[in-house]
Amino acid sequence: MPKLTIDGIEFEAEAGSSVLQACEALGIEIPRFCYHERLSVAGNCRMCLVEMERSPKPVASCAMPVAEGMVIHTNTETVKKARNGVMEFLLINHPLDCPICDQGGECDLQDQAMAYGKDSSRYHEHKRAVKDKYMGPLVKTIMTRCIHCTRCVRFATEIAGVPELGLLGRGEGAEISTYLEKALASELSGNVIDLCPVGALTSKPYAFHARSWELGKTESIDAMDAVGAAIRIDSRGNEVMRVLPRLNDDVNEEWLSDRSRFACDGLRRQRLDKPYVRGADGKLAPASWDEALAAVTSKLGGIDGSKIAAIAGDQCDAESMFALKSLMESLGSPNLDCRQEGAVLDGSGARAGYIFNSGFAGIEDADALLIVGSNPRIEAPVVNARIRKRWLLGDFPVGVIGQQADLTYEYDYLGAGPQTLGEIASGKHPFAKVLQKAERPMIIVGMGALARTDGAAVLAAARKVAEDTGAAGRDWNGFNILHTASARVGGLDLGFVPGEGGRDVAGIMEGAEKGNIEAVYLLAADEIDMNRFGKAFVIYQGHHGDMGAHRADVILPGAAYTEKSGTWVNSEGRVQRGQRAAFPPGEAKEDWTILRALSGVMDKTLPFDTLTALREQMARAYPVFATLDDLVPAQWGAFGTADGALGEGAFAPAIANFYMTCPISRASETMAECTAVFVNGGKEATGTDG
Amino acid sequence: MSEQFEFTADNVEKANAFIARYPEGRQRSAVMPLLDLAQRQNGGWLPDGAVETIAGILGMAPIRVLEVATFYSMYKLAPVGKHRINVCTTTPCWLRGSDEVVHACKTSLGIEIGETTADGEFTLAEVECAGACVNAPVVEIGDEYYEDVDAESMTRIIEALKRGEKPDPGSQIGRQTSAPEGGPQVLTGDVTVKQTKSGKAKE
Repeated sequence: MPKLTIDGIEFEAEAGSSVLQACEALGIEIPRFCYHERLSVAGNCRMCLVEMERSPKPVASCAMPVAEGMVIHTNTETVKKARNGVMEFLLINHPLDCPICDQGGECDLQDQAMAYGKDSSRYHEHKRAVKDKYMGPLVKTIMTRCIHCTRCVRFATEIAGVPELGLLGRGEGAEISTYLEKALASELSGNVIDLCPVGALTSKPYAFHARSWELGKTESIDAMDAVGAAIRIDSRGNEVMRVLPRLNDDVNEEWLSDRSRFACDGLRRQRLDKPYVRGADGKLAPASWDEALAAVTSKLGGIDGSKIAAIAGDQCDAESMFALKSLMESLGSPNLDCRQEGAVLDGSGARAGYIFNSGFAGIEDADALLIVGSNPRIEAPVVNARIRKRWLLGDFPVGVIGQQADLTYEYDYLGAGPQTLGEIASGKHPFAKVLQKAERPMIIVGMGALARTDGAAVLAAARKVAEDTGAAGRDWNGFNILHTASARVGGLDLGFVPGEGGRDVAGIMEGAEKGNIEAVYLLAADEIDMNRFGKAFVIYQGHHGDMGAHRADVILPGAAYTEKSGTWVNSEGRVQRGQRAAFPPGEAKEDWTILRALSGVMDKTLPFDTLTALREQMARAYPVFATLDDLVPAQWGAFGTADGALGEGAFAPAIANFYMTCPISRASETMAECTAVFVNGGKEATGTDG
Repeated sequence: MSEQFEFTADNVEKANAFIARYPEGRQRSAVMPLLDLAQRQNGGWLPDGAVETIAGILGMAPIRVLEVATFYSMYKLAPVGKHRINVCTTTPCWLRGSDEVVHACKTSLGIEIGETTADGEFTLAEVECAGACVNAPVVEIGDEYYEDVDAESMTRIIEALKRGEKPDPGSQIGRQTSAPEGGPQVLTGDVTVKQTKSGKAKE
C-alpha cells in the first residue's frame, strides 16, 4: 500500500485509490462536482484541485492515483486560489436564480460558492442561455443552470444501463440532452435529480412545491416494492412532499426506483378518511368508528370461524398482520392468506425457501446467474442495477427463462417456460454446465414462475438446480426468491397462510362464491378479483378507495406506509422498521390500533395495548422479528419438495405496469403520466410541460 | 421517427474497410470516418437517420454517435450548399485582409455568413484558424485550400465555381508552396559544399 503525506500527515492509502479518496479517508473534505464514488471518474469540473509537490500545476485529486512518496497539500494559498478560479469560471454562466431554484438550500454549487466564490462577478458579457430539454414526466430541466459535470450522463450509461443521455456540442455550446429529446426511459431516472449538483435536473412533480429547509425529514423504509430501500420521507405539516433515498450499501446503495420516489402524490388522493358502512339501500354511507366496529362485530360474532376469512395486502406492516392473525385465531378461522398473487410459497417450510438468501449485496459475489420467471428491471429496479454492476465487471454469464425483456445487460435467452427449467434441473441443458462450473452460481426465481398452477413443481425444480449446481452450498446460498410485495416475506414469516384445513386466496374466493365463506376481512388487499366474493360480507381495512373499498360492506380507514411505524421484511428477509412521517388523514388510524379496537368491541381483546407490547409479543412468537436491519442467514431445509409435473405455458410477467402496482401508485397523477408516456407508447412533449 | 439512411453498396465496402482498421472490440473507433462517409454520400450533411444507421453498424447508442457529430464542426447536421466556402478570419488571415475576402464573398454570392444561396449551391462560413497562416488569407472550399486569396481572386474563384469549373487550389499568387512571396530570398547564390577533414561542412 503506497504511503503518502497529506497536509503533513503520513498516510497509507489503499492501492489504486485516488488522492481524493485518500483525503476523504483522512477526513479532509475536498470540494467536487463531477466526482461521484459510484460513477466513473470524469475529472472535468476541476473543483477538487490540490497541490502536489514536484508538480508544476495543481492536480485534479479525483483523477490522480495515489503513489508512494507523494506529498499533497490541500489547504495552501495555491489550492485556495485554484479553486476560487474554478468557481469563478463555473459561475460565469450560472444564473443567479437561487431564490426561484428548487435546488436552493441543498445545492452543491451554492454551498461551495460560499467557501470559494467571490461576492461579485468580474464578467460583464452576456451569460449564455440554454434551451430546456424534455426528459419525460419526472425530470424537469433548467439547462441554463447546468455546469456540465456529466454525472447524469454517466449514471444513465453506467448504472441505469440506458445510454440515452449525452453531452452534445462542445465548449460554450455544450448541452446535456437525451437523444432527440425523448423521455429518459429508465425505472431509475429519478436518481439523476439527486446526482445533479446544481438545479439543472430537478423533480418535475415537486417543482415549486416546497423549500428543503421547511420540510420535516423522517428516515424510513420504502414499502412500494420488496426491496425495502432506505428512504427519507420529506413532509410539510401532514403532507408528504417527496421521497428520497438514503444510503444503505446492503440494500439500495443510494438509488431509488421511480415508483418509490414519485408515487407519493398518490398519498393525497382517493384517501379513506372516515369509516363507511353499506346501508340497506346498498350504498356506502359515512359512519362513526363505533357504528362501523359494531357492524363488523354483529356480522363476525354471529358466524362460525370457519366461515370467516382474512386476506392481507401487499404493503401491510407486520404488526397489523400479526394483530389480524391473532384476531382470526381467536375467532377460530384458519382461512388466512397473504399471497394475493397466489404464489406457492408458504411459511411452513424452511425460511431459505422464500427469501433472497444471498442478500442483494451477494449479487456482486456471484459468478453465474439464472433468472427464472422474473424481470428484475421492473420488479426491483435497484436490484437490477446491482446485477448490471456485477455484469459490467465481466465473466458473469446470465441466463433468463421467462419474458425476453431488455434487462440493461446481455443474457442468454434460454426459454419461456418451466420446460426449460426442467431441462436445466435434469442437467441436459447446456446452461446447467455453466452453473455447475461456477463457484458461486445464483438463481433468482420471480413471482411470474411461482404464481401459477404448477408453481410448486417450478419451485421444486429450482431447488433441484440450486442443490445440483452448488448454488445452495455450505458457504454460499445463491438460491434467491425475488418478491414484488413489501409485505410478503413478513406475512410468510408470521405464518399468515392457511392454517390446518384452511383456505388460501383461491379457496376463499371459491368458498365465497359458493356461500361457504360468509365474511372476508381484507387488510389493504386490492390486487384480487373483487367480483368473486359472491354474497360474502366484505370488511375492508385500508388507506385508499381502490378495488377493495368499492366492494366492501364496511370500510375501516387505515394508514399508508408513510403514516405508521411499522415493520417490513424485504425480499432478503431483512427486518426493517419504518417510521411515521405524517398522520393518517381524517379519522383514519394506524392499522394495528384498528384491529386492537375491534377485538375489544368483539370481546376478544388482543393482549397488547401498545406498539411496543405488540412487537415484543411478535418477536417472542416469531424470533425472526427480533433482529432488526441485519441479515440472519436462513438454514437450508425442507421446502419445494412437492411432486407434480411442470406445465407448458410461458412464465407471465409478475408486474404488467411498473408505474402502477398498488393503491397509492394507482392514485398518483405522476404515475398516470408515466404510464401514458412509457407504457402506453409515449406521447411527445407538448411544449407546455413543466 | 427520423428518415432512413442507408450506405450505398460502394460506401458499405469503404465503411467495412474503415472498420477493419481497428482491432477486435474497438470497432467504435471508426465512428468518425463513417460519419464523414455518410456526410459525403448525403450531400454534405448528416440526417438523424445516418447517425442511427452508423450507431447500428458500430453497436453504439445513437446519443454517443451524436455526441461525436456535434463535437466536431466539420460534421453538419442541417442541409448545406454544394460548395461550402469557409473563410478563415483569425488574426493572421485578418491582418492579411480576410475582411475583404469575406466582403467579396458576400457581394458575389448575395448572402451573409452562415447562409446558403437560394439555389443551394453555396454556403458561406467564417472559421477559426485553418492552420495555413503562412499563406494567409486562406479559404477552404470543399476539400481544397485556396491560399493568398484577395477580393479579386475570391470573386474569380466563385465565378468559376458558378460556371461549374474547378478553379486551381493552392496559392492564388503563384507562390511555390510556402516559400516567401516573390520567390526565394536567401540561399540564392551558387553554393558549393566542401567536406573538411573534421567532417564539418564548410562553404
